Amino acid sequence: MSAQQLAAYTTSTGEAFQFWVLGTFAVIGALCTVLMKKAVHSALCLAGTMIILAVFYLANGAYFLGIVQIVVYTGAIMMLFLFVVMLVGVTAADSLKETIKGQRWLALLCGVGFGVLLFAGIGNASLTEFNGTGRANANGNVEGLAALIFTKYVFAFEITGALLITAAVGAMVLTHRERTERAKTQREMAEQRIREGRHIPPLPAPGVYARHNAVDVAGLLPDGTPSELTVNKTLRERGQIRDVSAEALNDLRALEQRAAERLERTEVEPATFKRPEEASK
Amino acid sequence: MNPVNYLYLAALLFTVGATGVLIRRNAIVVFMCVELMLNACNLAFVVFSRMHGNLDGQIIAFFTMVVAAAEVVVGLAIIVSLFRTRHSASVDDASLMKL
Repeated sequence: MSAQQLAAYTTSTGEAFQFWVLGTFAVIGALCTVLMKKAVHSALCLAGTMIILAVFYLANGAYFLGIVQIVVYTGAIMMLFLFVVMLVGVTAADSLKETIKGQRWLALLCGVGFGVLLFAGIGNASLTEFNGTGRANANGNVEGLAALIFTKYVFAFEITGALLITAAVGAMVLTHRERTERAKTQREMAEQRIREGRHIPPLPAPGVYARHNAVDVAGLLPDGTPSELTVNKTLRERGQIRDVSAEALNDLRALEQRAAERLERTEVEPATFKRPEEASK
Repeated sequence: MNPVNYLYLAALLFTVGATGVLIRRNAIVVFMCVELMLNACNLAFVVFSRMHGNLDGQIIAFFTMVVAAAEVVVGLAIIVSLFRTRHSASVDDASLMKL
């Protein structure tokens, strides 16, 4: 059987359908990656696009690459991205003010021009028939790839190993920070606390009764005002404190009213608060 | 449908990624757009492999993935250390060399 006979002109209808449906989503995901204001949303959109690309790899007969795409790209690389986004701060949204005048429109123009150039290039190439990976994958895709990697591309493969080791060492060197002073021991910190005379007991816990025990909910003082001391220092500095004092007081008022209705009292003065057992006497 | 359509899709994704690199100023998002461009190239390689009926394109795509992984590791480390010194991930802020 010659290569000419193997050549085909169209794919199956199922694949065409898959291409048009998933391709639309891939482009939407890519556009969202660029246009979303928050980095986390961009990362999630990009992960979606990458999964769709993995499906396309599988459809094109690259079974090994399709799985590797999911494991390495969406599994490892995108999670690394999300990790760094968390580290750098989720709330740090991009400033949308232009620093260079007209840069955005020029960039858009460049993009469109580049796209037109690429499309014209592909359109001009006479790519009407294709061979398909059926014969290349005859002994299995992974076996075929392995045979090539360990014979024709073995040198490139070995250099890849060196590259990976260099990258790992480079990342460690770049993010390593030398301590300039010795870390305080627990004993020293306790002594310092006593000497300063502030907050000698442990800090109060966050949360209000049993209803709001999240760490960003400030605990309430006896008069109903939130105590900033109960919230973690990082959250305090970011201003991410949820104030539920009004809610708690409203709850209390509702409870009082319900108790009053049940005990068939006529009126409750909001200023005087009596405990239920005293009221029932 | 001819597999050429995959090439058009790859070109479109590459263009979107390139435009994103030019437009966005958050270093992390710029980096994500670079990843998008690399992915688009990979798709083109895989489709070329199918058109030619051999596996060389897939091998190149595989090597691209490895290089991309190494690039991400170093790039994110650079972003983290930049953020540590400047408390911002905007590429505009790193303009110390500007006249």
